[in-house]
Amino acid sequence: MSPKLRKMAADDLKRAAPSTPQANFETRHIGLNDHAVNTMLHAVGVKSIAELMDKVIPKNIRRSDAMDIPPALSEAQVLADLAELAAANSIKTSLIGMGYYDCHLPPVIQRNVLENPAWYTAYTPYQPEISQGRLEAILNFQTTITELTGMDIANASLLDEATAAAEAMAMAFRIHRGKASVFLIDPDTHPQTISVLRTRAAPIGITLEIATIVDAVIGERSDCFGALISYPGSSGKVRPIKADIDAIQNAGGMAIVTSDLLALTMLEAPGTFGADIVLGSAQRFGVPLGFGGPHAAFFATRTAHQRAIPGRLVGISQDTHGQPGYRLALQTREQHIRREKATSNICTAQVLLAVMAGFYAVWHGPEGLKRIADHAHDMACQFAAAMKRGGRHLRHTAFFDTVVIEASSDKDALMQAACEAGFNLRSLDGAVAASFDETSNMADLARLLDALGASGDGGDSGLGKPGNDAPSGLDISVLRTSSFMRQAVFHQYRSETEMMRYMRALADRDLALDRTMIPLGSCTMKLNAAAEMMPITWPGFSSIHPFAPEDQCTGYLELIDRLENLLAAATGYDAVSLQPNAGSQGEFSGLLAISRYHAAKGEGHRNICLIPSSAHGTNPASAAMAGMKIVVVKCDSEGNVDMADLATKIDQHRDNLAAIMVTYPSTHGVFEEAIVELCKMVHEAGGQVYVDGANLNALVGHCAPPQFGADVSHLNLHKTFCIPHGGGGPGVGPIGVAAHLAPYLPGSPLGGEGAVSAAPFGSASILPITYAYIRMMGAEGMSNATAIAILSANYVAARLGGAYPVLYTASNGCVAHECIIDIRDIQEKTGITNEDIAKRLIDYGFHAPTMSFPVAGTLMIEPTESESITEIDRFCEAMLAIADEIEKVADGTWPLADNPLVNAPHTSDEMLSDEWTHPYSRRQAGNPDGGYQANKYWPPVSRIDNAFGDRNLICSCPPTEEWEAAE
Amino acid sequence: MLRYSQDHEWIQLEGDVGTVGISPHAIEQLGDIVFVELPKVGAKVAKGDAVAVFESVKAASDIYSPASGEIVEVNEAMLDDLTNITPDRATESWMFKVKITDGSELDDMMDEAAYANLIG
Repeated sequence: MSPKLRKMAADDLKRAAPSTPQANFETRHIGLNDHAVNTMLHAVGVKSIAELMDKVIPKNIRRSDAMDIPPALSEAQVLADLAELAAANSIKTSLIGMGYYDCHLPPVIQRNVLENPAWYTAYTPYQPEISQGRLEAILNFQTTITELTGMDIANASLLDEATAAAEAMAMAFRIHRGKASVFLIDPDTHPQTISVLRTRAAPIGITLEIATIVDAVIGERSDCFGALISYPGSSGKVRPIKADIDAIQNAGGMAIVTSDLLALTMLEAPGTFGADIVLGSAQRFGVPLGFGGPHAAFFATRTAHQRAIPGRLVGISQDTHGQPGYRLALQTREQHIRREKATSNICTAQVLLAVMAGFYAVWHGPEGLKRIADHAHDMACQFAAAMKRGGRHLRHTAFFDTVVIEASSDKDALMQAACEAGFNLRSLDGAVAASFDETSNMADLARLLDALGASGDGGDSGLGKPGNDAPSGLDISVLRTSSFMRQAVFHQYRSETEMMRYMRALADRDLALDRTMIPLGSCTMKLNAAAEMMPITWPGFSSIHPFAPEDQCTGYLELIDRLENLLAAATGYDAVSLQPNAGSQGEFSGLLAISRYHAAKGEGHRNICLIPSSAHGTNPASAAMAGMKIVVVKCDSEGNVDMADLATKIDQHRDNLAAIMVTYPSTHGVFEEAIVELCKMVHEAGGQVYVDGANLNALVGHCAPPQFGADVSHLNLHKTFCIPHGGGGPGVGPIGVAAHLAPYLPGSPLGGEGAVSAAPFGSASILPITYAYIRMMGAEGMSNATAIAILSANYVAARLGGAYPVLYTASNGCVAHECIIDIRDIQEKTGITNEDIAKRLIDYGFHAPTMSFPVAGTLMIEPTESESITEIDRFCEAMLAIADEIEKVADGTWPLADNPLVNAPHTSDEMLSDEWTHPYSRRQAGNPDGGYQANKYWPPVSRIDNAFGDRNLICSCPPTEEWEAAE
Repeated sequence: MLRYSQDHEWIQLEGDVGTVGISPHAIEQLGDIVFVELPKVGAKVAKGDAVAVFESVKAASDIYSPASGEIVEVNEAMLDDLTNITPDRATESWMFKVKITDGSELDDMMDEAAYANLIG
């Protein structure tokens, strides 16, 4: 135990005595009481939890020690603990800029979206019929982006500005098919963006060149496949970018512009100048600073490149009745289908944050955004004018919101004076910079000027005087003349009553955890407790800039240090990095650590990554990004790694073996007994073992991956450790490593090596969620959660096994924390597919299980530890009733073309229509339980036509005129 | 004579020009086709190069050239209405014609019976 943890433990013991009168949090998080546990044990055919765990988990992988985690705290205690940490951060007015700006999160959005489980507990909208609300909200975001950037198509968001830039670079490289390998970067680019580009460029053979674009491509240069142009620049300087765009395009490369959404209300859209890709951060559209994240990055391009766009994309299609409906479009671009040929390893978005930014645009509308932009610009002008009057020189006069003051001799004094007055400036070489924003005000500005000695005699800074000499050095060619956001949605919701109802109406169209169990296998849709969520909006956590001076972030650094220790204790690893802000980033970071380790040992030639055929598609996509060559290892008919094939592949590639990536328990939900042998074989050949932590929920407290041979894992905090899915992000994907890999963890994006995210601690503001969960559960609570998750999955398998074959079980007949039921035989015999069953579950009020992963034609069910036996039984009853319905198709009672399964889901519209021609009753269709339906969920659309949407791609709100014409 | 590859492409040779498409079985497996990318006329290809793409809502499939040579014609007409790409129209849904430099490259391909055996 580290000294810090030892002290924590001692403190906690003091704090926990006398014990609190409230129930243990564990009993709130875990859905089963003792009686339910006994019922389930009986159904599964074991006498005790201990017996079940002995049966399910092979002896040789059981962890040998208990997790070194302090005793559990109550909700009140953990909130008090976190309040202390939040108070240890000191909130200054941030003028640091660098892509992160303070803003007002509109209370109507905070209360109705960010703090509303209907939004934050929803899953990625793979089942469009039960996701129409958030799909519309994301479409609003995409439309905001295409309108402001002047581009054709925008995705549903990426992780942060720096990774978005890296995705753009990779996309341009792919489009060029490797014919050129140099990528140019505008020198006036955020340093954290350049850091991440460095990390991402090297493994795939891209050379970076930081140079003024027009100068760099002079002459007959054909080795550049693209350039990143900053508009405005990191220094705030706004210069015409047309010449740069033309220059790189004439040289055969793609013009990529990184920009700022608020600035684009004032500056002409990059699309107007011919940019190929435009990206940036949507943070200042109502999302708190949060010490670096999570925030939504945006990414837009031209129609010609739409199939190469990374990440998710919402499009419009139609349902079986021809009604418009939303869905995720062009999913075949994603890694779960394309694997190492995927356009990127990105398999999540920042949906909750994109939804918030989209609502911010809806709430303010174009005129409101313009007003906010004018305000930030005006504050910057006032500041610049006053500093000039105070005898200071400006580094540039063409700016939007950021002013750079020359301070070659007294920079430190200025920084210090501002800090003492409550302001953080950005420190530059021989200068200081100040960025203004929505929250800036005259009183603050006067205090700042006073502190900087620019207020003149008697405190008169000349602020607000008519005819002040504010510089307006913006070139006329960059001022925006094109209109934007004319769509109806950006003009309809100005009153809070209307806005509140719009957000409620959208939320009501969706099924999230606040209404029903979401039995998605591999996704671990467990409780996201209110007590865990509350601290994230506390100003002590939400108002800290990621690059604020360290002495202002004491509380955060302490929280991060503690959480790293707790996660290390929970997994058995020696060191943890919290920087990767999604599981995919974690995979990339882990593989990079392996590469760097081999290189440091003089074995940089090791580049083969073994991946079992059952792996999630992100694994090969990440390995490709890390510059590794993928060699697929076969799986046997039971879904386990084929050990003979593994031995052959290791032999073939012994000298170049870098790593193996395995998921444990396997993606098939089985504890493979051969894992220890597998790790040993790879190590003997000089390779490293990467264990994908996607299924960690089956291990915590009972197994520690490094003890059975793993060297590195990523942990999906949004699965096992309670960060909500947010409707498709934020995810958090820290990595844990054994000691020998610790030197190769991602470094700081400001000056470190191997940074993978824009912010040093990734999505820091949501780390209190995981911290609170671990502290409230304690070691015993988390071990129990694992056991109950496994018990519940085996219970589901036992209840459904008679009606549906359970596909993979270990030799003991047990599953792990999820079970796969096989629908292929049913499809073969009756024509009913797993999709029909998934859609029919909607009529019963359920979100579908995972479809066709890891095996096509199956459903994977993961109940998690948080569901009650009542809810699990309700789900099982629905599945059994559906099995009976399938039987009626099989025996000819209902034709295959017209039955409640193929017609599912049924909308209320359909049910209430005067005409009903189906061979089954309305009651059978819409109320198959037959019971009282006070809480009946009605899907807003019937089954969405996926093919239609992909053949007729529309990814933004139609313009107002088209809405009017359609009405 | 039609010949088939392991990857479900078929080729019909006339002189030294082969017409290439994908099998009815492959079209059925892919489901509703939503996107097709054809090679460029004049492109020089090697045997095994990924030269075209078929995408359905559930899968993306690279199409490999069964032989080395030059693309001499592509079936632009098939792009007009992708709903016409169905298992019973596999012949009409040919993708490209390749002028083959070395006919022996086709020797390892299957005849109809062998292919039928492969797909069971």
